[in-house]
Amino acid sequence: MSGRTPNQKAWWLVLPVVVLVAFNAVIPLMTVVNYSVQETFGDNQFFFEGVTWFEQILHSSRFHDALQRQLLFTAIILAIEIPLGVAIALAMPKRGAWASVCLVLMAMPLLIPWNVVGAMWNIFALPDIGLLGHSLNALGFDYNFTRQPFSAWSTLIAMDVWHWTSLVVLLAYAGLSSIPDAFYQAAKIDGASAWAVFRYIQLPKMKRVLMIAVLLRFMDSFMIYTEAIVLTGGGPGNATSLLSIDLVKIALGQFDLGPAAAMSLIYFLIILLLSWVFYAVMTRDEAH
Amino acid sequence: MTRPGLELRGIELRVDGQTHIHPVDVALAPQGFNILLGPTLAGKTTLMRLMAGLLKPTAGELWFDGRNVTGVPVRARGVAMVYQQFINYGHLSVFENIASPLRVARASRDEIKARVGRIAELLQLSPLLDRRPAELSGGQQQRTALARALVKDAGLVLLDEPLANLDYKLREALRDELPRIFADRDCTVVYATTEPTEALLLGGHTATIHEGRVTQFGATSDVYRRPADLLAARAFSDPPMNCAPVLKRGGRFELADVTSWPAERGLAALTDGPYTCGLRPHRVQPLAGGADGAIRVEGRVAIAEISGSESVVHFDLRGQTWVSQSHGVCGYDVGATAAFGLDVSRALYFAPDGRCVGSAED
Amino acid sequence: MARISLRNLRHCYRHNPAAESDWALKRFELEFPDGSANALLGPSGCGKTTLLNIISGLLKPSEGSVWFDERDVTSLAPDAREIAQVFQFPVVYDTMSVYDNLAFPLRNRGVPGDAVDRRVREIAAMLDLGDMLDRRASGLTADGKQKISLGRGLVRSDVNVIMFDEPLTVIDPQLKWRLRSKLKELHRRLGITMIYVTHDQTEALTFADRVIVMNDGIVVQAGTPVDLFERPQHTFVGHFIGSPGMNLLPATLDGGVTRFAGHAVQMAAAPGAAPVGAQLQIGVRPEFVSFAGTGIPVNIEKVADAGRFRVVETRHEQSTIRLLVGEDTPLPSERAFLRFDPSFTYLYADGWRQGGEPG
Repeated sequence: MSGRTPNQKAWWLVLPVVVLVAFNAVIPLMTVVNYSVQETFGDNQFFFEGVTWFEQILHSSRFHDALQRQLLFTAIILAIEIPLGVAIALAMPKRGAWASVCLVLMAMPLLIPWNVVGAMWNIFALPDIGLLGHSLNALGFDYNFTRQPFSAWSTLIAMDVWHWTSLVVLLAYAGLSSIPDAFYQAAKIDGASAWAVFRYIQLPKMKRVLMIAVLLRFMDSFMIYTEAIVLTGGGPGNATSLLSIDLVKIALGQFDLGPAAAMSLIYFLIILLLSWVFYAVMTRDEAH
Repeated sequence: MTRPGLELRGIELRVDGQTHIHPVDVALAPQGFNILLGPTLAGKTTLMRLMAGLLKPTAGELWFDGRNVTGVPVRARGVAMVYQQFINYGHLSVFENIASPLRVARASRDEIKARVGRIAELLQLSPLLDRRPAELSGGQQQRTALARALVKDAGLVLLDEPLANLDYKLREALRDELPRIFADRDCTVVYATTEPTEALLLGGHTATIHEGRVTQFGATSDVYRRPADLLAARAFSDPPMNCAPVLKRGGRFELADVTSWPAERGLAALTDGPYTCGLRPHRVQPLAGGADGAIRVEGRVAIAEISGSESVVHFDLRGQTWVSQSHGVCGYDVGATAAFGLDVSRALYFAPDGRCVGSAED
Repeated sequence: MARISLRNLRHCYRHNPAAESDWALKRFELEFPDGSANALLGPSGCGKTTLLNIISGLLKPSEGSVWFDERDVTSLAPDAREIAQVFQFPVVYDTMSVYDNLAFPLRNRGVPGDAVDRRVREIAAMLDLGDMLDRRASGLTADGKQKISLGRGLVRSDVNVIMFDEPLTVIDPQLKWRLRSKLKELHRRLGITMIYVTHDQTEALTFADRVIVMNDGIVVQAGTPVDLFERPQHTFVGHFIGSPGMNLLPATLDGGVTRFAGHAVQMAAAPGAAPVGAQLQIGVRPEFVSFAGTGIPVNIEKVADAGRFRVVETRHEQSTIRLLVGEDTPLPSERAFLRFDPSFTYLYADGWRQGGEPG
């Protein structure tokens, strides 16, 4: 039934977006690609190196370690934040004044600048004067996130969970509120248990938003930098040197622009690949 | 004051090799309703969009008031359209909704006020002008949409099933009003509907449409009483028309295993052979006592429906389903056997190719 | 299966009802006999869905009680009432197969597997779902999904009542009439008390043996389809049922004689004495008005051809009177006289029919 007259002028409307994307994505990316195949010693002198930097990085144990830490970190925070977010969303009131109050409270951590989050947790967790650090030590735990890798990891994860679980809550809550009352009424009349309501009504209806939540949390946690660098600076030693932190150390600490550029690209490709895998797996069901 | 109105000359639409609209040659009546009658997806909306200029025909020409407008863009044509969904600007008051086409046309304040006032009066919206569409009933929302279509005095007004989404009482009220609303307006009105009763009550002219083909166009009651073919007759029957295969032999029509009746008047001249006998549901009446002139048959009730003041019964007669429609409320038990009278004196007869070859009225 | 009685029922959604109009349901009594097919018919906002939710237990009435047979269930939760309900929009469990959807209410109540299987297949066959039992519910059309909802409502044989809340809203018009009469047939076969809520007169009158017409929070008439058509108890019923609706004409009553614009009009029942100061109206359906040699003089204003009959609009002074004239009956010239069939002409005072039941 369709059959609109094509109007070529419409392409001009796309132009601003094309220009914008070119400036903030394509051009910087191409610069990085350019650096990644060359060596420089300053003075704007460049020597072509081909894929040397890529080979070097892919074979370096430092990169492997950072990648492993990164994967572990992401896996842990996904395993905590997604179920926790869903649980909180389920427990929130569905309507009325309290629903708005809860939503505002939930949104607060998301509104705090990332470096402030890092600084807050740093002070909060300081073993001598921080409320958390001091309390833990007073309770007999041997806690010092600047010295012990385990403490550093726990603090980092606690901070991320505090900062980002809200996002999952908000998305899950949106998914839940799209379920018409009739579904709950029907379930009541059908004699369904609370678990059955969750399994057959709430979870299927939340599936789409949860997919987005997982994808967003995956990408963001994989790229975490600001909060972590402010909190632990990658330490103690290299214990919390996640990929992004390591990358900055190479690029700006050692000024190895070539290897850093190559590492950036590899990092970028890993995220792209994993995101795609996630997406493909999660949407597989809907294909048929 | 006869204007030529809208004329479709060989209008045709093909998309990707598929024919969506078969060539149409129709000169619409400049006064009264031009009704497009056909089931869902028959091509009514497509035809309307061709008339409006929203779609470009593959072939053919569109003439309006004696002018070829085939290539003229919609905006330059003076066309107004009302849809099945109540389409209004939710953030504007009823007044602003109605005034919007005039604002686009840069009419003066005073003129807008006067014209909106007049139209609101006509559509009984005057007390509601300050409200938002969401605060109105479905009928009032559709009146607002109608007012917006009428306020700009377009030469061609297209109404695409405007009553379909209303509850039946509101539908009834607005349907009664429509002829009055359009009575003094100098515009060609096209009205699409799936309901034969709506077409009949609105009067005017009707084009029956079947799978992208205009099967007949003429004065509404003519199309209803003298259909050109089986398709046109079927489009104009709800509940569906009874179509029974009959055999004409020796001056009589035979309905296999059931009955036979004499071929009277003009029908006697038909050559012997198979025909389809079309009997509208109200020609099949439940029989309480004797059959006065009608042929008595007995069938098993399959479906019985009551719609306020009418009863519709589907019954099974030797493996074929027949439908009876009668006035008043009569309850039937499904599965029971009941007697019906077939008033064959008012039957339509169709040749095997679908052409209507005669009705007892001729 | 049960007889359902609503006693002294009243409901208001607000906490402190001030005016009479605050009540969504105004006080009434109603009984649904065991095994009956009932319809609640009325325009949107008349309180029919509120009533339904009170019966199912999704809503607790402000006043009054709900009884299933001899048991007061007013404070019981929906799942404790042993009822089934079908909603306006399809409610299906997307991740389950059609079979599992139908089996869900049975399994939740621990019905043994083979009994579940037998019942699911039986219901599926009745609704023509037999060949799609293994399909996933999410892939079906709106029609198909609504059939599953219907199936889930019908699958339990031990329920007290099955309730339908505008169940055919999403069904394609071509399929509607099929399902309409299917539901009627299912009621015959299952023999369970059913309550069907709708604003569509065809659905209500086709399905139910007893139609309860509601308007503005009250029951205006409960009766058979024939009652509603031939003996409307309230002007609203006369207007709402039938198309076109009943003619309502201003009337006066003196000495037992009802008059319309000075002309005496014979009624189906002696009106007796009407309440003082009440608005009096004569109600007669267009079906029961005909042209005659004498009677009420009118001018013919408009004739609409509906094919099998014509709707003729006539006028006497300020009043419009419509009548239906058969396709083959000739119309009189512009000036004509009308006769009202006395067996179907009633006097209404403030909307309510006056006088006893006619013979």
